[in-house]
Formats: sequence, structure tokens, C-alpha cells
Amino acid sequence: MSETTDNIQVTIDGKSISVAAGTTILNAARMIGGDVVPPAMCYYSSLKGSGGKCRTCLVEVSKGSEKDPRPMPKLVASCSTPVMDGMEVKNKSSQRVLDARQGVVEFLLINHPLDCPVCDQAGECHLQDLAFEHGLEKTRFEFKRRTFDKIDIGDYIKLHMTRCILCYRCVYTADQLTNEREHGVMKRGDASEISTYIKNSLDNDFIGNVIDVCPVGALTDKTFRFRSRVWYTKPMDAHRDCKKCSGKAVAWMIGDDIARVTARKDQFGEVKEFICNECRFEKKEKTDWVIEGPRHIDRRSVIGANKYEEPIPEHTPLLNKA
Amino acid sequence: MSRKLLLENDHIEGINTYDVYRKNGGYRSVEKALKSMSPDDIVEEVKKSGLRGRGGAGFPTGMKWSFIAKPDGVPRHLLCNADESEPGTFKDRYLMEKIPHLLIEGMILSSYALGANQSYIYIRGEYMYVLRILEKAIAEAYANGWLGKNILGSGFDLELSVSPGAGAYICGEETALIESLEGKRGNPRMKPPFPAVKGLWQRPTVVNNVETIAAVVPIVNDGGEEYAKIGIGRSTGTKLISASGNINKPGVYEIEMNISVEEFIYGDNYCGGIKNGKKLKACVPGGSSVPILPHYLVCKTASGQDRLMTYESLADGGFATGSMLGSGGFIVYDEDQCIVRNTWNFSRFYHHESCGQCSPCREGTGWMEKVLHRLEYGHGKMEDIDLLWDIQRKIEGNTICPLGDAAAWPVAAAIRHFREEFEWHVNEPKAALQVNYGLVAEKIFEPVTA
Repeated sequence: MSETTDNIQVTIDGKSISVAAGTTILNAARMIGGDVVPPAMCYYSSLKGSGGKCRTCLVEVSKGSEKDPRPMPKLVASCSTPVMDGMEVKNKSSQRVLDARQGVVEFLLINHPLDCPVCDQAGECHLQDLAFEHGLEKTRFEFKRRTFDKIDIGDYIKLHMTRCILCYRCVYTADQLTNEREHGVMKRGDASEISTYIKNSLDNDFIGNVIDVCPVGALTDKTFRFRSRVWYTKPMDAHRDCKKCSGKAVAWMIGDDIARVTARKDQFGEVKEFICNECRFEKKEKTDWVIEGPRHIDRRSVIGANKYEEPIPEHTPLLNKA
Repeated sequence: MSRKLLLENDHIEGINTYDVYRKNGGYRSVEKALKSMSPDDIVEEVKKSGLRGRGGAGFPTGMKWSFIAKPDGVPRHLLCNADESEPGTFKDRYLMEKIPHLLIEGMILSSYALGANQSYIYIRGEYMYVLRILEKAIAEAYANGWLGKNILGSGFDLELSVSPGAGAYICGEETALIESLEGKRGNPRMKPPFPAVKGLWQRPTVVNNVETIAAVVPIVNDGGEEYAKIGIGRSTGTKLISASGNINKPGVYEIEMNISVEEFIYGDNYCGGIKNGKKLKACVPGGSSVPILPHYLVCKTASGQDRLMTYESLADGGFATGSMLGSGGFIVYDEDQCIVRNTWNFSRFYHHESCGQCSPCREGTGWMEKVLHRLEYGHGKMEDIDLLWDIQRKIEGNTICPLGDAAAWPVAAAIRHFREEFEWHVNEPKAALQVNYGLVAEKIFEPVTA
């Protein structure tokens, strides 16, 4: 590892950082942190092959590199474009990027039901946050949305394809975290759907993680579904001795009861240590866990907007109107 | 009548069989190449010829070949893209059906030039009968020692096989083609890495169109310089054009890239004019993906020059007043055709063929189709036209592969040139279902400065 030195200089929205060769623009931006980080709906750093699909992380490269300073003609997906030395990137400082991102959000919402009030994911939904930050006030889509029946895949997981934005994260999770290929994408275009083969169930010790990687409410926990809104629960860091996984989790509590268990997500909404099904679905007694204390949740979401003191991003169109 | 290099012998009875093909000079170029030329010599000749990719993008073939990575001990592959599915394009089918050995001969030369020992022809699934023709021809080539181990005692081995797709337009995109050939879902890959570095099974790969590979045969036979003498400027050689629509003589024509569009549409050697003496309304010169041109921009460019059947001249004026040669799917519309309906039809195609991987294309193509359907069937609103413009603008350039662009361009061009016809559909919905709008008025365009 001694040969990798941070010698590639990249500037994003005027902020510079030196990173190792091969780093993507998105990861360089995450190292800088704050407002320069493009949103990502499909990229997941621990899942190989993920990214490039949702197009929300598009950025403008205004200078290719020191050697070849020409700007890139198209916007590029920051999650899959490696940085070059001397590259200059525009994220929120580019109107082109903001326009394109608004377009992508609109596209994502075309076939996504706008029924957040009855969706289990509301409050921790990445699409909700994204739409709040970058979306339009009202929909321009006046046609019937695609709908699917809800499917039980296994004892613990409910699949509601109607809400799916086809980020492929769960497909990669099932491929890479579990021994066998469990499910995939069927059909094509806007008719494509995530599915197990002929409604087989997902049966694997780690398959519950597809719920955590899902950015929207398409894959939900049947042991928690419709029991409570997430913002009424208290997230607590908790751990237990587990033979299968690290046992480090978050217990979401209502009073003294554990309503659900999820893996711990970092500030970009990504799970670093996946947990097993036993911890997630079966250990719901307080005695099963050692409660460490309240978990800090980075609230930049719809729910956090009027509840927490963190300032709301300036360009949020919904609020600027007032 | 212009010179033919590829379809010179297509009229000969039995040219699809090995014996007749060989008697008419077939496989001459392989003998020449394997006995007297090094692989680099062939690449050099192709560079000199100025041959550009015939699949649509028009990238110089010699340059593409020189980009292929050559790490030690890693096999390289040549893939022939015969997944010809662009609406309006049917030239590759004609070539493979009539003269299958020409493609095989080109594959041997190109594989030799690239150092590929295992090459594939990826053919569109709907062309199953063409696949059988090719398989028969490949078996003949093996039997006569043109494929297999140690071809002509030169030490060069080549295995060649044909692999059918399963009916997806997207598998004509080179990285989706590679995925499909690997047995996976035909989703385009993220680039970089490009196929020249990591392609089929992560090995360096070149993907070329059928016509491009076939064109290597005359280039090796007569030399690259001789080939480059045909045509104008950077549009060298001959091009197969699939002509269709309201013309007297639809079909596949091999043209030298120096004739004018006017001659091509009205000349007796080519399309033979508009059918039933009607007037020309519009023309799509390069397959459904390229921008449509209104009647007054077909034969003349915006600056008043004659438009020629070349890459440059058809693109003259950029997308504002020009189009593209594309894959050569030349579609002609007479005054009785409805542009809104045509645009809807194209949109329906792209909606159906989007792979669904990236969101702008997956959702946007369907949205455009629905709005266009509404306009065509008399339920459109004036805002729909601006909405369409906005949707296509947000798809174009923001997708993983060029299918998003291909879906956006025809819509953009139709609105740019035929906006009044769209407005007429909104204002006169009943009339729009019964009669056609006719020609649009000429617009004056500001000269485009480069």
C-alpha cells in the first residue's frame, strides 16, 4: 500500500484536494465533504459494479486535466469517472448540472408514486430528500403510472416494485453478499422489474441487507412495516455477540421496545458493516442487545428540515419561493 | 453509375456459395495479406484509406484499430456488429445475405490485422435465416482452409463463429453487445474503460460494423490510397445506403461518396424520384436516430450549397440545419406523410428498446412517447410542444449510452423544423386525424459560425 500516494490534485466547486490515482470524482468530493458532494441514488461504495445508472451525480468537468485542459463536452457521472491531475469539476456551481439534476429527479418521479404519507420509507427516503432539494414543485406527468402488485419475497421482506427506481443496488447486494445469485432484473426499459425467478423467496442469512441498500420504499422490513413512522422511533447504537456478523446495529426504539433493527449507515447513507438476518429480524427484545446510546443521524431530509437546527441548503427551490 | 466495391458481384448467380465467390476473385486479399503483408501493414493501409465506421458514428477505423491495447499473453478479439436494428437501415442484411463470404474475408483480414484468433459475428436475432447463410459460408471457408489453424501455412489461426442476439436494439451498442455475447443481460457498460482496453471477457476488443469489415477487402486488394481516391474530403470510399419511403425504387444502393442528395433521390440510377409524382416533404438521411430534414434543407444546405451524400455535407449546419449520414438508412417522406405521427412512431421504438438501466432514458423515452401519442390523436395541448422540447433536452447527453441521444434527436429536429405542424395538430385536432398538413414554410436560419 506504500506506493499509493495522494498526488492527484482535483478541484471541486473551487475546493481542492489531493487524492490517490483512480479515485472517482464522487469519492474525492466526499473526502472534501459538505455541499460539494453530489447526491447518489445508485452508487454504493461497498458494492462492486454499482453506480452510473441513476444519473443524479452528474457533474460538469470544466477542465479535463493539467495535460489536457479541454473541458469534457458532456456532463459525466461522478461516481464512475476517475479524477485526473489538475481536473476542475463543477457541481452546484454549474447551472447545467442543476438543470440536468432537476431533470433526473423529474424522470425518477415519473413512475414513482407520490404517496410519501403512506409509505414506510418516508423520513429516511433518499428520493424524498433528493426531490426536496432538486425537484420541481409539481409534476408535469399526466399519464397513468406503472404499478405492480406487492410481492412477499421470503418471510421478512416485502417487495413493492411500484416504488422501485431500478438502482440495481439490491441486485449487487444479493450477488456479492450472498453465495448464490438470488434475484435480478427482468424485462426492459420502464417495464423492467426487480424480481426473484418465478416468485421464489429470498432465503439467505444476509439477504435482509437489501432493505438497507434500497434508497426508496421498494424493499421493506415486514417485521416493522406500518408499525410506526420512523421519526417517532429513537435510533440507538446497539451491539450483540453474533457468530454470523459484526453484531453492530442500530436499534430503533419506541419507548422501551425495539421496533426494528437496521445496520449502521454513514453520513452518505451507506452501510459499511452488513448485518445478518438473525440480528435484523429475530432479536427484538431489549435483552438481546447492549444499548450503547443515541445514534447521531445526519438529518438533511424533509423530516429534518423543520425539526433540526441545521441550515437548509440555499438553493432548495421549495423554500426560496416563499 | 458509380463504381461498386462491395456489391460489385451481387448480381452473379450463386455468389453466396464458395466456388462461385472464389472464381470471381474471392479470398484474393487473404492470400495477398497473409503472404506479403504484416498486420501493421494492413492497419496502415486502412489508415491511408480514410475508412470511417459504417455503423453510424463514423469514427476512423484505422485509428480505432490502433487504439487496441496489446498486453502480453492476453488474447484480443474482433467482434462484428451485425445487430442491424435501426429503423430504416437494412444494408448489412443485404450484404450478408447476398455475399456472405465477403464478410468472412473481411473478418480474416481484420482479425489478422488486430492479432485476434477468436472472432465473432454478433447477428440480430431476427436475422435467423441470414445466420444460417453465414454458418453455411463459414463451414465452406473452414473446409477450404481459410479459417482454422495455420491459414495458408502462415502460422495465423482464426476461429470464427456467429452468435445471435435475442431481439434487442440496445445490443447493437458495442458494450451491450459484449455483455450479451458474454451471456449476460444486454446493458451497456460504463465507459471508461473502453472495449479497446477491456472488452469481451475483460480482454482488448474491437467492435466493427459489417460494412466496415467488408470494406477492408477492397482496401487490401487495391491499396488504401486507391480507396481514398473515391469520395470527397474525409468521406472516402463507397457507402451502402438503404433507401426507403415514398420513392420509386427503394432498395440498397452502393454509392461513391461524391454524389449529391438531389441526384440520389431523383436520379434514375438511384431512388428514381418521389413516388406518384408527389412533392418531397422531409428526409431522414441516416436511420431513425438522426435529425429529420425539411424539404428545403434536403438538397441544399442552409448556406445554399448543394448537399452531398458525405459525412460532412449532411452534417453541414450542425443540428440546427443539418443532420448526419449515420448508418445510411435513407428515409424519404412525401407531402402526404405526417411528421407528428412519424415522430411518435420513432419514439415508440426507442421507448420499447430502452434497456432501462439509466433513469433519463428509461423514463424519458416513455414520457415522450405518451405526449406524442396524445398530440397525434387529437388530445394535445400547446404546452406539450415545449414539454417535449424540455424532455428531450434533459435526456440528451445525460445517459450512459447513445440510445438516449438517439431518442432525443428525432424529437428535437421534428419540433425545430415542423413546429407549425405540431401546433396545427393542437389547434385542429379533428382535421389532423383526417388530412395531412403538407409542406412546412421555409425558415431563414442565422448563419452558423463554427
